[in-house]
Amino acid sequence: MNTEKLGFFKSGTPWVWLNAGAVSISMIMVVGLLILIAVRGLGHFWPKTIWEIDYLEGDNQIVLLGERSKTETVPAKQLVASGLHLGFEEEFVERTLLKIGNRDMNGVDFKLIVKPAEMEVRKPVDAIVFERTQWGNFYGFLQSLSENGDTLDIKSGALWDELQSRLKRVDDLRDEIHEIEKYEIGKINYKIEKLRLKQRRIELSGISDPDAVSDIKSQRKILDDEYEILKGELGKLYSAIARDQALMTIQDGREKQVKLADIIKATKPNAMGLGTKLGHYFVNLKNFVTDDPREANTEGGIFPAIFGTVMMVLLMSVIVTPFGVIAAIYLREYAKQGFVTRLVRISVNNLAGVPSIVYGVFGLGFFVYFLGGNIDQLFYPEALPSPTFGSGGLMWASLTLALLTVPVVIVATEEGLSRIPSSVREGSLALGATKAETLWRTVLPMASPAMMTGLILAVARAAGEVAPLMLVGAVKLAPSLPLDLNAPFLHLERKFMHLGFHIYDVGFQSPNVEAARPLVYATALILVVVIILLNLSAIYIRNHLREKYRTMEH
Amino acid sequence: MEASNTSDRITEGQRRWKIRKAIDMVARRVVEIGGISVIAAIALIFLFLLSVVYPLFGQPSIEEIGQYPTPGANDETLYLAIEEQAEIGLRVGRSGNILFFNVENGEAMVERSLPIAPDDSITSFQVVNETIGLLAVGLHSGELLFFQHDYQLEFTDTSRIIHPDILYPYGEQSFPVTEGPILGFAIGDNEDSTAVMARTADGEVVFQSFLKESSFIDEATTLELSDKDVISTVDPVLGMLVDPEQEWGYILTQDGSLSAYDIRENSFNLREKVLVTEGDVRPTILKFLTGGISLLIGDSSGNLSQWFQVRSDGDLEFRIDKIRDTQIDNSPVESIATEQLRKGVIAASQAGKIKLLYTTSERDLLSLSASDSAIQTLAVAPRADIFIAEDRNRNIKVWHIDNHHPETSLSALWGKIWYEDYVKPDYVWQSSSASNDFEPKYSLVPLTFGTLKAAFYAMMFAMPLAICGAIFTAYFMAPSMRAIVKPSIEIMEALPTVILGFLAGLWLAPFVELHLPGVFSIFILMPIGIIALALVWWKLPGSVKRFIPEGWQAAALIIPVIIIALICVSVSPFIERVLFDGDIRIWLGEELGIGFDQRNALIIGIAMGFAVIPTIFSIAEDAIFSVPKHLTSGSLALGATPWQTLVRVVLLSASPGIFSAVMIGFGRAVGETMIVLMATGNTPVMDFSIFQGMRTLSANVAVELPESEVDSTHYRILFLAAFVLFIFTFFFNTVAEIVRQRLRKKYSSL
Repeated sequence: MNTEKLGFFKSGTPWVWLNAGAVSISMIMVVGLLILIAVRGLGHFWPKTIWEIDYLEGDNQIVLLGERSKTETVPAKQLVASGLHLGFEEEFVERTLLKIGNRDMNGVDFKLIVKPAEMEVRKPVDAIVFERTQWGNFYGFLQSLSENGDTLDIKSGALWDELQSRLKRVDDLRDEIHEIEKYEIGKINYKIEKLRLKQRRIELSGISDPDAVSDIKSQRKILDDEYEILKGELGKLYSAIARDQALMTIQDGREKQVKLADIIKATKPNAMGLGTKLGHYFVNLKNFVTDDPREANTEGGIFPAIFGTVMMVLLMSVIVTPFGVIAAIYLREYAKQGFVTRLVRISVNNLAGVPSIVYGVFGLGFFVYFLGGNIDQLFYPEALPSPTFGSGGLMWASLTLALLTVPVVIVATEEGLSRIPSSVREGSLALGATKAETLWRTVLPMASPAMMTGLILAVARAAGEVAPLMLVGAVKLAPSLPLDLNAPFLHLERKFMHLGFHIYDVGFQSPNVEAARPLVYATALILVVVIILLNLSAIYIRNHLREKYRTMEH
Repeated sequence: MEASNTSDRITEGQRRWKIRKAIDMVARRVVEIGGISVIAAIALIFLFLLSVVYPLFGQPSIEEIGQYPTPGANDETLYLAIEEQAEIGLRVGRSGNILFFNVENGEAMVERSLPIAPDDSITSFQVVNETIGLLAVGLHSGELLFFQHDYQLEFTDTSRIIHPDILYPYGEQSFPVTEGPILGFAIGDNEDSTAVMARTADGEVVFQSFLKESSFIDEATTLELSDKDVISTVDPVLGMLVDPEQEWGYILTQDGSLSAYDIRENSFNLREKVLVTEGDVRPTILKFLTGGISLLIGDSSGNLSQWFQVRSDGDLEFRIDKIRDTQIDNSPVESIATEQLRKGVIAASQAGKIKLLYTTSERDLLSLSASDSAIQTLAVAPRADIFIAEDRNRNIKVWHIDNHHPETSLSALWGKIWYEDYVKPDYVWQSSSASNDFEPKYSLVPLTFGTLKAAFYAMMFAMPLAICGAIFTAYFMAPSMRAIVKPSIEIMEALPTVILGFLAGLWLAPFVELHLPGVFSIFILMPIGIIALALVWWKLPGSVKRFIPEGWQAAALIIPVIIIALICVSVSPFIERVLFDGDIRIWLGEELGIGFDQRNALIIGIAMGFAVIPTIFSIAEDAIFSVPKHLTSGSLALGATPWQTLVRVVLLSASPGIFSAVMIGFGRAVGETMIVLMATGNTPVMDFSIFQGMRTLSANVAVELPESEVDSTHYRILFLAAFVLFIFTFFFNTVAEIVRQRLRKKYSSL
């Protein structure tokens, strides 16, 4: 056949190309999205240049110091419409969002500046950026250091090194404080709370038991004493950490004493070479993954969110795998293949398409309020009215997601089972094996990659699902991890943080969205990478499996 | 020896066989129980949702729990009330005696009498503020006396004791209002001020406004007279009302004419006069519905109607409109009681019939014959679980009501309702507000509309891309490229929607806002550009064409598509300047009158379209790819071009599969939560404009459910929303699944 003779439109060529275009657009969107997240997410950790800009604001010339965080070209008319007076005639203006930091002194973190008003731009080598425990970043120049209020006599050349070594000391002290506050005092508080609940339980039981009460009192006394000792230690550490201060000047020449205790990290990005920057880059990346969040989640790391996600997904896998596999085996191997089985199969298939929020609603109503409420009444009356299992938590979230993903495991396992040639089963049965033996020894091992695929897909879905978690236990900031050193170690009733929910929360509920944005991109990147890896491995296993059975059939 | 050995072996073998058999049985049972329980768990979702939703549509039940002669002095009952716990009742008698009594059996508990001078007497009574229990009596001397019934709770180890008492918040003295006896009065009361309208025997109505001043020393409040006005009416007055905000005063005469006075200037300004009854019918009672916005008017024909001020469309004038009415009985309406926390009403007739109704949902909940004589006084407990009624024979009956969700009815959920302060009946979702006497608006229509709108725009974006892409991938694409494309699209499906929502809200929305003309020109220029490229390709000599083998067009198009998109975006500011006067948003607003939300349906269409594309793509691609090869080969062998074969043979036989792909995609778009939650403004507007946001059922559930009180009407309605989503997607998926299964059967038979 020769399409050339038919003419352009009649041959269908344009339509074929249009269809091809649809594929290209889809591919560009997927890849583009991944690149966008990767670039923005990874860019966050790169030490950025600090610019010093002489800027014309109205008639005043001011000096600005900060990082360029976003630059775009906008029509001048839009700027005028938004109330900006421009002293120049241009159609389009390059506008930059400058992160000027110093929120405690400037009131805001960011400033929008337009290119034509930038009079002079410099890259001061000794500009310093502090990452602080509060008030966000600090940009400025180091003047001097002081100890207990006395200015130290150090040559300006050695100041920077002195600062770094003193910061090292602060860092060590901070670690010690953290150790005491988080673990030792946390442990005592946990025990005191247990004692309080024990006492309340005795009161509720109505039987007077003076021995037990006095026992509780004496234990309480011991704990209180321990606490006092720790408090004394903490006091010493706090006064030690507050020893040093750095005198800084900021962009407009104002001076500011910055406590070294507030500084997490001090860098001079303009003085760094490529190698140093690279080193800092990886340190930042590592800190992001291993640190706790700070300042309402807009700074710091995301470790609790990663931990919470992993815990939740692990628990969910433990629940979903046996049940999903058993249900699939039942449907495929034991149930009579008739109308009812077909109906069940269709229903199970469809449940995978039921909106996840519906599962969340079910989880909240049934697990949290109904089951949890009753469990509290029966087993934790001493803690009421504050709920134990009667509010969202790790266990209910895992159960809800297990219910959400069980259709995925069933469908994948069933598919695996159906791919196993019946000759294999018949062979085993003919040799005298019982049905259970056939299943256990022959069928299930062969179907195990399919189960694996199902589980991986379930995990990938659970890791990215947020809507139901919003209802059954994910929170913006969990005071403690669901797994710790206090018996019984795994606290199923605790609320937890979740990567997906973290993205939603920081991106949309945060008081300082602009400052938190790079962090959200970085979090999104981590989530995407995890999910893509999971999916790729599922796809790989599945393809591998298909090949295997193709050879078996022949 | 040999033989016994064999038999040993046989028994040994039999024993093992038995164990194996037993294990087999156990395994079978375990799997059966496990499998069935998983399936049961899934069915549980459906049943549980249903069980939470069901009470919404249940009928209220009522039970008489007590009956006794009216306790207290043998005088006329002015007022009955029940306190919060519904244990203690209050009766105010004409002689100034106040008695607290046990609601269940009528036993007298505490007695008080009002400090009225011996030569004075009560001529009228009015409730000032029902929530705090503030009451007032008008005296023969022309003075007003305020008093409050108050309850102190005391908890002991085993029980709870309630101590009732009468307080005088403005002191025990009375306030002079009129010259002669106060025959009737109305009071509007809020935190700052109190306004009184009182009428005397000579037909004068006196208006007085007081400012409340609290003393810093002992926290006592005093009333300071601030303004005074007088009008005279000729017709005999039936009732008067002043709203709590003291903006409107109403006077209803006995012949059915209702006058509304603007009293914001602290003087009478007649705004409107309407007839509330027709013909011989006369009004019999006038009362505010909780909140002080709606008037309830009962008449001699047994009809009860609700009226409120409506701001007419276009101008700023208010007019009083009859909103709805219902028939209580054939005899005149005698008394009305309103629930304190909801817009529920209990009305009783002269013939002794009582009816429970709810205004917003227009539900007549139940009616009962309570007495042979007229019910003169009604009282409802604050929690609306107990009410009492006293008839003309001085008998009190007590009822317990189970009436948890009167706010819902099919018409309240899905129909237009005329809410207080609205200009016309409308579909509104507004579930909560700061104020206590707020009328919740539970119309699911705006949410369903938003859901369908979001799904519609998503499908508009996703369907062409997904189906065309599936056609090309399944039918034209080179196998080696297909091996890359398919997994990529599957990964696209796995992307968490929270990430799509976040990008849509924080990156795409501002981007589109800034490059709006560019984005629209992409939609127009992209197909044109691709066809133009195809034409160029067509014209090229065959030697060049060989560089790109058949089936790799998609790869070849990647660079040109990016270039077209970049060009469109970069010329966007110029288009905006030339065609839209520099700012398209302002232009849209001024020239076309279209409002522009940054997070609008266009953003949702793109972001949710992105989420739906892979779903549609995979299923459609599957359907097209599994069209038996001999069908296409036959068509091609008969001389059809590939395109003709595709359209006439392949698509025709795969169309049920594509249909089911679209259905499943639609189901997914309907239920998607995070994207709409993050990339729309979440305002429940009913506007189909592409530049406006929406609020969907799913996002609404996600936002409101954590804050709603368990088992409240709001909670159950949110469950209903989830149930609707469940049924909707389940239905769509089932249809799609059945279509697919039949298609598969057809293919396998071919």
